Amino acid sequence: MKTTLILSTALTGMAFAASAQEVNVVSWGGAYEMSQVEAYNKPFTAETGIRVNMIAADNPATPLKAQVEAGNVTADVFDVEVSDAIRLCDEGALVEIDHASLPAAPDGTPAVDDFVEGALLDCAVANIVWGTVISFDTTKFPEGAQPQTAADFFDTEAFPGKRGLPRNPKRTLYLALIADGVPAAEIYDVLGTDEGVERAFAKLDTIKSDVVWWEAGAQPVQLLADGEVTMTTVYNGRIFDAMVAENKPFEVIWDGQYMDMDMFVIPKDAPNMDAALQYLKFATDTQRLADQAKYIAYGPARRSSAALVGLYQDGVTEMAPHMPTSPEALENAVMDNPEFWADHDTELTERFNAWLASS
Amino acid sequence: MANVALDPHAAIATTASGVGAALTTADGKPLARALARSQRRARRRAFFLVLPLLAFILITFVIPIGQMLQRSFYNDGFSRNMPEVSAWFASTERGTDPDEAAWAALAADLTAAAEARTIGMVGTRINYDLSGARSLFTSTGRSLRGGLEPPYREALLEINEGWDNPMLWSVMREASRPYTANFYLAAVDRTRDEDGRIQQVDERQQVYVMLFMRTFWLSLLITGLTFLLGFPIAHLLATLPMRKSNLLMILVLLPFWTSLLVRTTSWMVLLQQQGVVNDVLVWLGVIGNDQRLQMIYNQTGTIIAMTHILLPFMVLPLYSVMRTINPSYVRAARSLGATSWTAFRRIYFPQTLPGLGAGALLVFILAVGYYITPALVGGSSGQLISNMIAMHMTSTLNWSMAAALAALLLASVLVLYWLYDRLVGIDNLKLG
Repeated sequence: MKTTLILSTALTGMAFAASAQEVNVVSWGGAYEMSQVEAYNKPFTAETGIRVNMIAADNPATPLKAQVEAGNVTADVFDVEVSDAIRLCDEGALVEIDHASLPAAPDGTPAVDDFVEGALLDCAVANIVWGTVISFDTTKFPEGAQPQTAADFFDTEAFPGKRGLPRNPKRTLYLALIADGVPAAEIYDVLGTDEGVERAFAKLDTIKSDVVWWEAGAQPVQLLADGEVTMTTVYNGRIFDAMVAENKPFEVIWDGQYMDMDMFVIPKDAPNMDAALQYLKFATDTQRLADQAKYIAYGPARRSSAALVGLYQDGVTEMAPHMPTSPEALENAVMDNPEFWADHDTELTERFNAWLASS
Repeated sequence: MANVALDPHAAIATTASGVGAALTTADGKPLARALARSQRRARRRAFFLVLPLLAFILITFVIPIGQMLQRSFYNDGFSRNMPEVSAWFASTERGTDPDEAAWAALAADLTAAAEARTIGMVGTRINYDLSGARSLFTSTGRSLRGGLEPPYREALLEINEGWDNPMLWSVMREASRPYTANFYLAAVDRTRDEDGRIQQVDERQQVYVMLFMRTFWLSLLITGLTFLLGFPIAHLLATLPMRKSNLLMILVLLPFWTSLLVRTTSWMVLLQQQGVVNDVLVWLGVIGNDQRLQMIYNQTGTIIAMTHILLPFMVLPLYSVMRTINPSYVRAARSLGATSWTAFRRIYFPQTLPGLGAGALLVFILAVGYYITPALVGGSSGQLISNMIAMHMTSTLNWSMAAALAALLLASVLVLYWLYDRLVGIDNLKLG
């Protein structure tokens, strides 16, 4: 009886202490947020007792910048793109993260060697690698004459129909250059010159009247499903969802894939700094990153996670070939270059908008 | 009685002696002063009543908008983090070549900024005016952590030759003062050259002036369309018997109460190339299957969807004014020999003007700032200036530029409001 009393008191006390702790995470919402809740948050709360509050944003970098500027930081961990992670870190808004403190891989490889190239920054740790890929509706093209390359995307004679492209220079100009025959490794060298930019716009000009421009990640899937376009670029996780979960007759072209990473960052003055660091380390360990692939087709940022990636939550679909990090997908992939875009975003965006507006 | 005497409002003493003496209250005070005091008290009480609202508006509306607009001409990203070189700029004339003192100041500031991790802020600020400058700052900052040895010019040039660019020094001079007009210049497609002269930006980069013109032209067109469509509806609503007009009113209000996004996406379903309208046209044989019309993801889509969404803002003020128009005026005009057109033109229409003015102003001002509908259905040719503001807010994170564009938009709307007041008179406005 006495023991029970002590135990229950201790447990209540622990539960109380635990419930007092929480961490606020700002992420992108939708299926992506769901995958993080399942793979990171639930086991994290089970293990540490720290409650995780998910907050959805169109782009978490925007509330992060707003909170820092206003001097009123209310969230602890933000899931942002690489370019924003670098920019905000350079502006002194983020906490530096000691890479040695990150958990090692199960075989003992230190985290620094385990993460893929570019996944560890002074202030940020990547969790996933995701790709912008070309996808098409297989029912719109006769068998044996299905599009296969980025060049086919720009060939509206052989592959008729409208095309979907995002309304920004970052994810359109590279595709034009790839289709024009520039190897993936040389994209930024070419795009850094005036002639290269001219060349990209000239290539885009060839399909300008056939393009339906999209803005939000859900739009291209919708456009493809409605038959508004026959081919579109799309985020690979979203199109996987449509192909596997909804059984749509879509196919992915990995040629000219644009790879990007999402990263966890912690702002200075985060209200729950300790819990935030704990969460960040937990969520980017080998098992957690592998688990996430069960819910969404984004590649883990750790090499050691790849072997642990298994089946999709439906229990039959093998995830490995759907990963943007699979060997086939990497063949002609363009890696995001945040330095380049930090320098040229403004200029190229203005140029792009002017090009769009001129008919 | 004593109570009454204490109350200055209670009665005016009529027993004042003699004609022409000042009026006094019952307790003998001059009436004018007593009245003024009681009115002052009433005003104070009234002020306390509106105080919460005033505070609310100040805190949630005036201050944030003021702060946002301040960013359009105030950006201390460079001057705050680069104090020494800013001081050098302040002490020299424009066109002075940087001397060793300048290079030393620059080196000292860069080292300090790299230590404090503020160098990205500095680079971002300069990059607004000179593309490519951001990486110059951040990469120099990274190789600077160990400090620099004089001579500083050579030391910096060794790290990156880009430091010798005269354009860079001209831009840094501009940025060394926190107050700048550069964001406004950029918002009207202007920039400064090496000597600080204002010039047009490269033709291939000019976009904002065109978007402002398009925004105003489309808003005007949409206002016109809502008038053409809304006037007959409002007239019908105002003249039908109550029971029928109430039913029709629900048809006007129901879409008004429906979520904006639902209405916008419904238009997508209807208008897209594989959509309902095109399907019906193909089925009727009006157009061939390969000639489906492009009615959305372009300017047409923006015009159709926005006209529909803003229609109630035209119908409701018109209706409320039309209800009050006495039908006997038109009957009188007809009995005096006017044709129905003349009676409408000379008698009925002028009486609807207050409603028309209110509706037009409402629709126009809402249309000028519209954002989500053009973003979803506008494609490339249906984008408005508000979409650029949103882009600078959320994706390029250049809030100063967003603020400058927003300030220009606000100013032009205020000018139009003033013009409207001069031409029509704001007193003639009837919202309902």
